[in-house]
Amino acid sequence: MRPKIEVLSISKTFQTRGGPVPVLDDLSFQVADGEFVAVIGPSGCGKSTLLGVLAGFERPERGEVRVDDEPVREPRRKGIFIFQQPSLFPWLDLEGNLVFGLNGASEEARRSLVAHYIALVGLEGFERAFPSQLSGGMQQRAELARALMVKPEILFLDEPFGALDALTRLRMRAELLRILSRERHTVLLVTHDVEEALHLADRILVLSPRPARIQRVIEVVLPRPRTLSSPELLALKVSILRELGVDEGAG
Amino acid sequence: MWRGRRGWIPLLGPVALLFGIWHVAVMMSGSLIFPTPWQVAVGLVDLARQGLLLKHVVASLFRVTCGYLLAAALAIPVGMLMGWFATAHAFLNPLVQGLRPISPIAWIPLAILWFGVGDLSPIFLIFLSSFFPMVVGTAAGVMTIDRKYVRAARNFEYTGFRLFRLVVLPAALPQIVTGMRIGLGVAWLVVVAAEMIAVSSGLGYLIIDSRNAGNRYDLVVAGMFVIGVVGFLLDSVMRGLERLDEVRWRYET
Repeated sequence: MRPKIEVLSISKTFQTRGGPVPVLDDLSFQVADGEFVAVIGPSGCGKSTLLGVLAGFERPERGEVRVDDEPVREPRRKGIFIFQQPSLFPWLDLEGNLVFGLNGASEEARRSLVAHYIALVGLEGFERAFPSQLSGGMQQRAELARALMVKPEILFLDEPFGALDALTRLRMRAELLRILSRERHTVLLVTHDVEEALHLADRILVLSPRPARIQRVIEVVLPRPRTLSSPELLALKVSILRELGVDEGAG
Repeated sequence: MWRGRRGWIPLLGPVALLFGIWHVAVMMSGSLIFPTPWQVAVGLVDLARQGLLLKHVVASLFRVTCGYLLAAALAIPVGMLMGWFATAHAFLNPLVQGLRPISPIAWIPLAILWFGVGDLSPIFLIFLSSFFPMVVGTAAGVMTIDRKYVRAARNFEYTGFRLFRLVVLPAALPQIVTGMRIGLGVAWLVVVAAEMIAVSSGLGYLIIDSRNAGNRYDLVVAGMFVIGVVGFLLDSVMRGLERLDEVRWRYET
């Protein structure tokens, strides 16, 4: 089967005042349809840039990204990007925000879809609320609902739960898994949280410090729901942390 | 009756005090020209009875409305272009920044030269005075839009004019409205000055004419009072705009 996403030796350099800084160095990998891939790496290694390139917000200098065998040139509804900071429009209420994402669907289709997805993320009763009236976790659920409503084939998640408190973060992870078990999506998750990657992903790409190269690929073949305290996951966690240069519990 | 912070006493107290001091000061100075608050009130009632008050207020408001709406109709689109397209900004900003510091009052001779004595001169001056705050406010509003909104809209495949109308405009609206509020305030300041020179109606004319035709300082101060009240009401309308849902989000955290 053809891969959903093909990354073909992409490189990217930022021009800064101090001279050119290579960020991505000849990266290549593939993502299968329906696969959940986590990208993990030291902070500032270029993992967010990588995701921006995959989603079409940024162009690589060399190489190419292909989705369904077509080159990616600009952001598409096919792959919705969710960022750490919710980007709900503060001048629209929740329902208005969700309808915005549909971009031109018929009135009837909209109404039933909005109701369905508001229920899916558990925000019933908040249709008329403005983003500023929602908590951080609720805003991120709304963001997720807006993304899911357009039936994206791919979700690009850039530390989506990074700004939330620890408890809400755990709850949102479980929520994401529940939603993904109902709707099939290919997911690319950028995170610096090893546990989050182990909890969610089928495969984990560990990136090197800048310029980012793939340092190691880890297949997580354990069934879900996963228990982070299981010996297999703990062993994986230690080996990933070691890969990142952190020797947790050494000795 | 004391009604807390929203009661009448804190509102009227300082005004009553000012009137009191004013009255005593006029009495003590023995001035024959400078009016007491009571004389001003009588003058105001006289003006109202003769229908002059309404006539002058309407004349001033008419000029402000024309000049201000013309300015808004041009300043908001131009400001949005400047905020969105770097090329438009590079071309227009030096012009705007160069013309902006010139007081509208300095344009009075040119206004009379170009538009003669009549409504057009003050309308032109009001246009000038309110155009710059609105153009600058709009451009700044568009330039400082949080990029994440534009990014999200592009992700949902909004482009071109729809992106502009549905995301850029609402995102910049709070600052556009602030620019409009400043513009209207300046317009109201300038109409009075403009009416002192170019026309024979309006509140500015009322003031200068009352002085020239027999030192009627009671009517001068009455005119000032009306200018203050109308200006306050105009600003209240603009503050009302700032409370709309479409604008308020910017000021909530």
